[in-house]
This record gives sequence, structure tokens and C-alpha cells, in this order.
Amino acid sequence: MSTRPMKLAVGPVLYLWDRRVALDFYAALCEAPVDIVYLGEVVCSKRRLLHKEDWATVAGALAAAGKEVVYSTLALIEAESELATMARIIDRAPALFEANDMAAVQHAAGRAFVAGPHLNIYNAATLHWMAAQGARRWAAPVELPLATLAELGAARPDGLEIEVFAYGRLPLAFSARCFTARAHNRPKDECGFICGDFPDGITLYSREDQPFLTLNGIQTQSAAVQAATDLEALRAAGVDILRLSPQSQGFAAVVAAYRAALDSNAAVATLPAAALPGGYCDGYLRGEAGISHAG
Amino acid sequence: MTVVNARARAGRDHARMSLELVCPAGTLPALRAAVDHGADAVYIGFRGATNARNFPGLNFGAAEAEAGIAYAHERGARVFVALNVYPSPANWPLATATIDCAARLGADALILADPGLLRYAADHHPTLRLHLSVQGSATNWRALELYRREFGIQRAVLPRVLSVAQVSRLIGRTAVEIEVFGFGSLCVMVEGRCALSSYATGHSPNSQGVCSPAHAVRWEETPDGRQSRLNGILIDRYAPGEAAGYPTLCKGRFRVNDAVFHALEEPTSLNALDVLPSLAACGVKAIKVEGRQRSPAYVGEVTRLLRRALDLCADSRRGATGDWTPPPDLLAALDALAEGRTHTLGALHRPWQ
Repeated sequence: MSTRPMKLAVGPVLYLWDRRVALDFYAALCEAPVDIVYLGEVVCSKRRLLHKEDWATVAGALAAAGKEVVYSTLALIEAESELATMARIIDRAPALFEANDMAAVQHAAGRAFVAGPHLNIYNAATLHWMAAQGARRWAAPVELPLATLAELGAARPDGLEIEVFAYGRLPLAFSARCFTARAHNRPKDECGFICGDFPDGITLYSREDQPFLTLNGIQTQSAAVQAATDLEALRAAGVDILRLSPQSQGFAAVVAAYRAALDSNAAVATLPAAALPGGYCDGYLRGEAGISHAG
Repeated sequence: MTVVNARARAGRDHARMSLELVCPAGTLPALRAAVDHGADAVYIGFRGATNARNFPGLNFGAAEAEAGIAYAHERGARVFVALNVYPSPANWPLATATIDCAARLGADALILADPGLLRYAADHHPTLRLHLSVQGSATNWRALELYRREFGIQRAVLPRVLSVAQVSRLIGRTAVEIEVFGFGSLCVMVEGRCALSSYATGHSPNSQGVCSPAHAVRWEETPDGRQSRLNGILIDRYAPGEAAGYPTLCKGRFRVNDAVFHALEEPTSLNALDVLPSLAACGVKAIKVEGRQRSPAYVGEVTRLLRRALDLCADSRRGATGDWTPPPDLLAALDALAEGRTHTLGALHRPWQ
């Protein structure tokens, strides 16, 4: 069982927000009760959430406000240009970076990094191998049950922190195909950044109107928002850090709810009502279908 | 049945370009069908949750694997053993025991995805060839080189996300042999990075070796037509007379904004015949056929057709013009066997993306 209080991390923005909205979001995070902020683009190499110089300014402001800044890298890397961008981000990252593809692990060459949620780590042998590559923190794959996480936590390499995707639409899959462009009958190469019109992605419904998935460019997410609220179970599993994935509405209230629950050492965090049509889910943590919700 | 004997196979090897044909077998009869119809290699899995086609009634026990390996080797074909899930701590002993068993039985290569298992295999069976499974999700040369440096992999199966141009550039940057999917069901998501099935059902390719598992499927006849559900989620609804397919969840019809359509992908098969010469020219080592869950008859027929395609393509590449058009009768025969009775180049062709 972890003896230190759990930290709060804000994950990378997974959507294409307007630059001004993104800058305001990060300015607000400087004042927010979070410990760690992940910056950078994980989903689509064509997107430019912020200008290159903006990222440095934002990182500087967050660091000055006492936040730990981590640079995330792309999850699906196909082109040479994407490898070059990834290498540049890693080479210039002042502190930790987050690897979301084995290419980043290869490029790290022993430097310290966060093993991101898109690396497949499911057992102790792989976790130890990843630590030997330089991983200092492990953001677990979203489908891993909390019981497995606890087992791996108990056998973890010395000093390795464990982070869980606690809040947000679950990043479930990546494809070569851009589903947002496809839904608008546009070729991927002429997408016109249509994803910028959907600050929380596009909800995909079954034909009987059940919110099921979310289209976010080449990424497919859950429609439901994962809500890991059983803090006692998370602590017992040895989780060190809770990742909250940015959403466009009501995010500050979610941060405040987790902060209050952690500060009062509460067993359960009480979240505001879900702002998105899919409601909440938490099945993965219990080893069930991710979409299910026990609360 | 055309039995291709070892001598004929050796002569053909000598004469043709070096694209290998790697075919699936979920059972011993399917393995025999693939070998008899011209597969250069057959890939199989063991029973239990160690491979990505963990279906009831499918896969090999040790005795069957031994018989299959002997049958293939007598006829000049090789057998690869796929163990391509990411085992949980609870499944770890079964996974390592499976590796030991495959090595003992004389498998020609192991197809693995999990770094922990690759480490185990490299340490305990240093002479056994290691192939990185498509589930390993390596889509660029840096990832491939990491697996080569760390575990000595000799081949990798590429996820179905790269265009031909990207495959070609990747091959130029790595010493790892490259195998690409040439025919069969089409994964629209990057293999090894897809949790859609576990989100809907609790069972995924990475963890349990299944996608949209049969135990979660329910068919319903309703006044609106036949409906398919996966763990209660409506995947598709078919009008009377409309052909209904297996409810793989990425191939269902859903509502996005105001339109109902195949929002992720249509029921269709991958068929790379159109680009075979490009794949051969850029240095692809092997063409892989999907379908360990298929019948021996299917495996035999697809193997026969692809064998013919590879041989014709090799002949055309030796010709003066190098022109290549897949024979229409061959395409039609493959389409008749394909999901949705139609085919696509998938990501190999950029506009699909």
C-alpha cells in the first residue's frame, strides 16, 4: 500500500481545441490544485494545438507555478517526419517525456521517461524490462484491471511510480484512417481540420441511440467518461498518480472534486454529474467490460 | 487435391521471386490443406489464452502440433507458432510453458508480441527464430530496431496501417525481415492498440486473444429486421433479404451526427493482389493470410489461389514490361471467399485512410 498521498496529473489534451482555448486552459492549470501536467500531441501529427513557441511558454509558466511538466509523444508513428518530430521533442524535453510508442523507447536510449498508456505492459517481466529501458513511471493500459495493477505494483521495480487513467473518455484505439474526416466525407489528406469543430470528439451512437464510442480523428474513444472514484481501492492497489484527461466542459470542477477527496483522505471521490452524453463508466477497473458502471 | 511435393517446391523456390506465402491453420486438417496447396509456412496457435485466435474448437495440443510440424517439414514447409497475447501475471506460467513446448517440438519460429515473453524466449531458446507479431504494433523502423536490439527478432508482421510507400521506406531503415498481410479479414485499427472489444465485452485481443467474442453475440429477429448485439450493444440491423455478417464491432452500422453508416469500416476483406509487385520490389519478405478460425476447405482454396497469384506475379516481374494485373478469375474467386464478398487494399492504398 502506498504511504504517500496520491498525486493528480492532467493528461495531454487529446482533441484539437482552438489555440486561444488551449492557452486559457493551461493558464488556468497554473492555478489549479494538480501536481503534474502532460503537454504535447498524442493523437494526430497534423494537428497544431499550439505553436511551437507556445509550448515552451506554457511549460515555463506551469513549472514556475510548481507543476511537474511532462512532454507526451505520438502514439501511432508511421512517417519519417513523425519520427523526427518525436526525436526533437525527446531531445529538447527538459525533464521527463512520455513514450507512447516503442520508437520513443528506442530513441530514449536509457534516458528517464514515463511509459505511456499506449505501450503494452501487462506483466511483471515486461514492466521490469521497460524500467531497465529507463521508465520511471508507468501509466497503465486502460484495459488493465485494478487487481492486476495491484499485483504488478507489489512486484514493481524500485522507485517506479504507477499512474492510472482515472477520468476522461477512454482512449481505446488508433487507426491509419481518420474517422472524423470519414464522417464528413473528406479524405484524410484534405481533412480541413474538421476535428477542430468537436472539442470532445464526436459521439457515435448505436442505432437505438446508445452513446457507444467517440470519434476523435484517428483515435476512437469511449463515449462514456471513465470515472475511477474508489480512492481506497486505488490506494490499496499502490497507485501513485491519478490522470485526469482534459474535457472541454466542467473540467475544473472535476479537478476540484478529486482534490477535495484526496485532501480529506476520502474513500470515494464524488464527481459532478456527467457533462457528456455517455455518462460515466468504470468497468475496466473491476475486470469487466469497460463500458459498465458500478459507481 | 494438388499435392505439392518437396521437390516441386524446391524447384519453384529457385525460380521465383522470394515472396513467401504464410498461411493460417487453426486445426491439423487446415495445416495439411495449407501445406498441400503451396504454403511456404503455416502459422498455428496452441489451445488456451495464449494466442490471438483463442476460439472454442480451435488450435493445437502438443501431439497435434508435433504431427503438424512433421507433416510440414516432410513437405518442405515451415511451421510458426503464434503466442501473441500479452499475458497477465496469472497466464504467465502457461505462456512460458507454451514457448518451451514449441521449442521442444521443433517449431521454425515463434510469433510473439509481449516484450517479457520475447525476453524469456531469447534467454531460454537462443537459437529459436523470433518473429514480432502484428500484435506487437510496430509501425516504424525505430520500434523494429528496438525489438531487434533487445531480443534479436528476425522478422516482424506489420500492422495494417501503412501505405506501400511507407512500407518501402521502413524496409530501407531496418534489418528486420518484413511480412505483410495479403488477404483476409481487415483490422481497421492498429493491431495491439485496440481495446474496443474489451470496452464492449470485457475480452480483448491483447488480453484474451479474442475480438467481439462469440459468447457475447446475440441475434434477434424483430419487426425492423434481424439484429446483432454484442454484450447487449446493438451492432447492426439488417433489412429483410440483406446479407448479415458476424458482428465484429468495428464493422457495424452506427449513427454519427445525423447519418447511420459503417462509421469505422464496412464488412470487407483485405486483398493486396493489386500491389504484389510493389511489395516484392520494395523488399517485403512474406505475404501473410489471415484466418486461423477458417475451415480447412477455405484455407486450402485461399492458399491455392494466392500461390497462383504469387507465382504469376513472379513470372510477370521476370518479363520484359513488368506489367501486372491480377487475373480477374483469381480476384473473383477470392472475393467469393471474402467477408462482405468484396475487397479493399486497406491502408496500403492511401485514399482508404
